[in-house]
Amino acid sequence: MSLAFALDAILGLAVLAVAAWTIVARDAFAAIVGFVAFGLLLALVWVRLAAPDVALTEAAIGSGVTGGLLVAACSHLRGDAAAAGIEQPRAILRLAAAVACVVVTAGLAAIVLLLPDPAPTLAPQAAAQLAQTGLGNPVTAVLMAYRAIDTLLEVVVLLLALVGIWSLAPDRFWGGRPGLRQHEDPNGMLVFLARLLPPLGVLVGIHLFWVGAVAPGGEFQGATVLAAMWLLAMMAGLVDAPPIDRRWLRLALVAGPAVFLAIGLAGFAVAGAFLAYPPDHAKLLIVIIETPVTLSIAATLGLLVAGPPERAPPG
Amino acid sequence: MSAATLFGLCGAALAGLGLYGVIVHPHPLRKILAFNLIGGGVFVILGIVARRGAAAGFTSDPIPQALVITGIVVAFAATALAVALVLRLLHETGWVTLRPDLAIGARPDDPHC
Amino acid sequence: MPNAAIVSAGTTPGGFLLVLAIMLPVGGLLLSFLLGGRHAERVAIVVMPFGVAVAAAIAAGVWRSRNVLQYVVGGWHPPLGVALRADGLSAAMIVTAALLVPGIGLFARAQFATPPGAEARAPLVFWTLLLAVWAALNAVFLGADLFNLFVALELLTFAAVPLVCLDGRAETLAAALRYLLFALLGSVLYLLGTVLLYGAYGTLDIALLSSRVRAEPLAWVALSLMTAGLLAKAALYPLHLWLPPAHAGAPAPASALLSGLVVKAPFFLVVRLWFDVMPGLADRAAAQLLGALAAAAILFGSVLALRQARLKLLIAYSTVAQIGYLFLMFPLSGKSQVGHPWGNSAWTGGVLQAVSHAFAKAAMFMAAGLVYEALGHDRIAGLAGIGRALPITIFAFGLGGLSLMGLPPSGGFVAKAMLLTAAVAEGQWWWALVVLVGGLLAGGYVFLVLARALADPSEPLTLLTPIARTRQMLVLALALFAVLLGFVPLRPSELLMIGRPHPVVLGFK
Repeated sequence: MSLAFALDAILGLAVLAVAAWTIVARDAFAAIVGFVAFGLLLALVWVRLAAPDVALTEAAIGSGVTGGLLVAACSHLRGDAAAAGIEQPRAILRLAAAVACVVVTAGLAAIVLLLPDPAPTLAPQAAAQLAQTGLGNPVTAVLMAYRAIDTLLEVVVLLLALVGIWSLAPDRFWGGRPGLRQHEDPNGMLVFLARLLPPLGVLVGIHLFWVGAVAPGGEFQGATVLAAMWLLAMMAGLVDAPPIDRRWLRLALVAGPAVFLAIGLAGFAVAGAFLAYPPDHAKLLIVIIETPVTLSIAATLGLLVAGPPERAPPG
Repeated sequence: MSAATLFGLCGAALAGLGLYGVIVHPHPLRKILAFNLIGGGVFVILGIVARRGAAAGFTSDPIPQALVITGIVVAFAATALAVALVLRLLHETGWVTLRPDLAIGARPDDPHC
Repeated sequence: MPNAAIVSAGTTPGGFLLVLAIMLPVGGLLLSFLLGGRHAERVAIVVMPFGVAVAAAIAAGVWRSRNVLQYVVGGWHPPLGVALRADGLSAAMIVTAALLVPGIGLFARAQFATPPGAEARAPLVFWTLLLAVWAALNAVFLGADLFNLFVALELLTFAAVPLVCLDGRAETLAAALRYLLFALLGSVLYLLGTVLLYGAYGTLDIALLSSRVRAEPLAWVALSLMTAGLLAKAALYPLHLWLPPAHAGAPAPASALLSGLVVKAPFFLVVRLWFDVMPGLADRAAAQLLGALAAAAILFGSVLALRQARLKLLIAYSTVAQIGYLFLMFPLSGKSQVGHPWGNSAWTGGVLQAVSHAFAKAAMFMAAGLVYEALGHDRIAGLAGIGRALPITIFAFGLGGLSLMGLPPSGGFVAKAMLLTAAVAEGQWWWALVVLVGGLLAGGYVFLVLARALADPSEPLTLLTPIARTRQMLVLALALFAVLLGFVPLRPSELLMIGRPHPVVLGFK
């Protein structure tokens, strides 16, 4: 057993321990903090699995933004202080659940051990076609070229989630701004961070998106950092959430998928197939798609966390 | 046992733990949290499939990696929608359980979220 | 099952229509959302005829070429890339969606018209999500890649869930949350199965998988997980608890969409899995288990429908029951004992049930919606006199009921007759019994409603609002579609057989 394997084993156990804490913690806030820690440890697992793009995405979206969303939700629930009627499950249910947990774990573990060796893989084909896409990062090639239709539909899924969240607002709030107006102490720490970090964060986000063509990174990771900076500014009260019926906001949200779809359809004429790229200009077209997509995803992620409108529009 | 298999077993355990959490916790927010654990476990299993598919100069098969990234984004969107529904349900009714009969004569002193 | 060789055929002529079928509604929903206000509805209305044309062209293309239409997206051939495929089954479902979605949209114009002035919540959300559901349905019916289908399923869930709680009441919010949680559970199970299949065979393309899958534990587990997840989404007993409150609580056009089309998509995928991806894997026991769950759905759903006091809940429980008929297709699709392949009958019966139920149920929910608008409630006990006030509506409801009961002329009759024939010929008479009992029970609850509706009221009935004749005619038109399907010849359909080996059987005896 080598040192690397021992360290991996420790990491795996740590992940399970934190996950177990998340389940058994009595206080929901503690569970959510544990979940954020779990996400960061999981990102380390992804690094050990030689998947840095996934590690970045897990840390940013799986841990960071999800954690922020859950913490905000938890504080809402505490504020209302009326979440009554929660009955703790009977011991028999716990026992049945524990049995189910063990059975499922054992079954999945057996399946994992049954995976064929040598494992089938598409890496050779991906490598062979990589030059045609003009990209250096194979994961970006899969997302933006080989399986671009999945990415296009996924961006639409994100937008739909936002429409769904907005639909939950009462009729009188429609057209208003999400969340409540934040009033923070202008000399406090939060406002200080919100003045300091966003310019740097925006640069980091743009860099992450830009470098994704050749190195780990890409539009999702970059967009998450941009969204996080926007959320920070909103939480500190430096900017207010925009009213949801503004045309410019709708344009920002729709621009990404719309450009993606437009260039995809143009592929019919220019490159012979939907979402095909002419070989010489593939990288250029991919960057042209990715830029508005990053913007749209950033706006969508930020608004997903901000929630449905909670203030009536003026007039 | 390789690192990939080790983490695969870890992923299996995560899925089991998450399932326990989904069944046992009555509060929807904790259920959603546990759901994310199940998702994490499934993604890890996909990740070890990628790792085992290392070939042609890549240390990991890029297709499953892209699938995981798509999955993480979709899972976040699902969490956001579910959380928004839970919050709205609370605002409308004052209770956060999926069993409305519990709201009548409910205990007001629950210290948890 | 489609030959793996089809993958090398590349993009067939007319394949671009498959892309348009998905991307036209996507473009529409983006435009609706962007422009907002009154434009959202207008964009939806404009997209509809084009969508119908594309669907008709796809069906015509499949019929003329007697072969599967295929499109290789981006020029990247599977297994590296993603393909779209349309066989006879896809064509039938695409045309059904293309006829129902515009019908529901036109019906909903009165209810979700945008008021003048500022943008309103419900209309914008409705029109955007209507187009999204259409796009997602087409993506499911045309998808040929398991992960692409996963994304399409998520698209469908996110589009359908907010439609349930569009009116903002607490009950519908709880129903929407329960629907979302069941749907997410289904998605996770489906994804896990997909992961295992890729790990075992290195591809996600359905045609390629069909040639690589072997009968081994990994494949069995993957098939079971994916089927279980899809059953949760399709609300097959015992995972049906979320459906009645969700479908009953949604506004009437949304209920029609949900019961008519949305719930058929996971069934469609179970069919794809069992018949296309892993036909050799299904064994008799598994198929009989699926049939047992289907029988339980038919019996429990129908009995519970009889006990409902509210019309929309009755119709929703009826959906639970009718979904059971769909899954009876599986135990009847084995290699025949008697040497005649009756699998084709079961195949045609199951698909015809899906299509005719879509039209019939949509018409019934829309009729219930009109009744609610007219009376201000949908209590069955209080329906007396509505038959005189809205005769066309109640007549349409009755026509839809014919399909549920399996009485001629109706698509439901042909479907159930084919299932009955297959059951009797195979010697599995117990399914025939279930079909007959289900039909009797359906007759019970349909006549329950009709009898109340046609009864004389104790005092003269005044309607809350007048109901436009055009809306009633629209409901009638959809119900008539279900009746027209009854004139389909009582034998296996040639259209539905395109793209399948003959006979259409699963692997067991």
